[in-house]
Amino acid sequence: MTLLFLTSGLFLGWTLGANDAANIFGTAVATRMVRFRMAVLVCAVFVVLGAVVSGSGATETLGELGAVNALGGSFMVALAAALAVLWMTRAGLPVSVSQAIIGGILGWNFFTGFSTDVGALIEIVSTWVVCPILAAVLAATFFLVVRFVLGRACIHILELDAWTRSLLILVGAFGAFALGANNVANVIGVFVPAFSEESFEIAGAMRVTMNQALFFLGGLAIATGVWYSRRVMMTVGKGLFKLTPVTALVVVLSHSIVLFLFASESLEAWLASRGLPTIPLVPVSSSQAIIGAVMGVALVKGARNLRLGLLGKVASSWVATPVIAAVLAFLGLFFLQNVFDVVVVNPLP
Amino acid sequence: MAKLFSKTRLLESKIDAYLDHGSEAGLLFREAIKDYLGGRSEEFEQRREQVTDLETTADDLRQEVERQLYAETLIPDARGDVLGILENTDAVINTAKETLTLLSVQRPRIPRDLNADYIELADHGCQAVQELVMGIRAFFRSAPTVTDYVHKVHFWEKEADKVGERLKRKIFESDLELARKLHLGDFVVHIDTLADEAEDVSERLAISAIKRSL
Repeated sequence: MTLLFLTSGLFLGWTLGANDAANIFGTAVATRMVRFRMAVLVCAVFVVLGAVVSGSGATETLGELGAVNALGGSFMVALAAALAVLWMTRAGLPVSVSQAIIGGILGWNFFTGFSTDVGALIEIVSTWVVCPILAAVLAATFFLVVRFVLGRACIHILELDAWTRSLLILVGAFGAFALGANNVANVIGVFVPAFSEESFEIAGAMRVTMNQALFFLGGLAIATGVWYSRRVMMTVGKGLFKLTPVTALVVVLSHSIVLFLFASESLEAWLASRGLPTIPLVPVSSSQAIIGAVMGVALVKGARNLRLGLLGKVASSWVATPVIAAVLAFLGLFFLQNVFDVVVVNPLP
Repeated sequence: MAKLFSKTRLLESKIDAYLDHGSEAGLLFREAIKDYLGGRSEEFEQRREQVTDLETTADDLRQEVERQLYAETLIPDARGDVLGILENTDAVINTAKETLTLLSVQRPRIPRDLNADYIELADHGCQAVQELVMGIRAFFRSAPTVTDYVHKVHFWEKEADKVGERLKRKIFESDLELARKLHLGDFVVHIDTLADEAEDVSERLAISAIKRSL
């Protein structure tokens, strides 16, 4: 039964992997700078690593917003988010799994009568706005630096090609790690409060907590989705954002840094230890980080072909995605509880 | 990683060798014209054969480079431009070879008082080719500097046109037979074509350089 409940989260993870791996390796694969198999291998390994090593930070923030404490509730929240993503994708609207899951949790809060931590909500929503802006600023800065360096370094076009290929894999690995660390919370975060904190032994060799196992499973779900991302990679690489390999490198690096900043517990601890303001650990949208980064580069290049309509669509998705997911979660929880008699909330002790 | 870079260097050296061939063909073309006009038939034939050999090896090198660029899917964003530039440069080497072959076959009798003008025309063509080759080398390493060379190719092509026109006027104002005038005029056009071909490639080069600039 537990596994059945987990399926909605795993499905969400699969969707996330199939879509967001394209943000990291889309241009590299579509332009044949990196082979699809290599991209999948690197992406899958580092997504799982990121999820297991650094996935808990963003999950805690989701827990602050609403600790979904029954498996039935977690199942429906993840399912509502997945359906919202599916529906909005079919409607051709930009959608973020991160924003859908927040909507799902809010729906659970409304349904169960649990109060929503407004402070946590403001913190999360503000990161949605900051994420693409920060990605744009980083991408614009990196682009200017790269242009300055390449303008003076006189690197042969073939050597530059070889360096770009290697760096696309390296930065892609970092991007996959950041995606796993930041976005695994979307996939598995809502299940964490419903599981006990017990640990178990694997083959008598190592002890693993339930949370670690969940993060591993979430990472694996995302990694599985990566195997199915070829078509999305081709679309992203050739259709939406036609970038040169060097520009793609700049864009992916900026995206990855942004995702990493919003997921790294070590960075948070380092900043806190020096009395500096910390960066909230929140799952942010990988796609919107990419859009921000592309816009940043476009602005530096003189804002030619800048699609301002896309910005409007992104901003509207900040409202539309969570609202749709919240409504779906609310309705789904109602049916699950009243029609199927499934426990969707446990009373607080 | 080391293997990747050693393969890259090998390909770079092939492109460099190909461009060396282009440059040498231009220089040999000028020297061969001088030899022909100076009546040094043996030297002229030697240089003509050298240009023919250069054209053959340049063809082989170009095909190797093209094959490697495609087989290893290198420089996906600039591959079309690079191939276009290399193929058009081949046309320049071909023009040098064809003109020298025509000279060797038809043996036009050029009046001594026109020698200096014919040499000047060949020299301008040669200069245009040298600037073109330097422009292509710059394209591979520093795209923004390509315009400097393209500008010079245009300059030498215009100079060649001026000399060509002057030469044609001299030929058709002379007392030579009409058939000979036409024959000599025809060779002015052939020699002038070298600079024209160089200019055509330089125009493509300029556009490719703009595309390459980030």
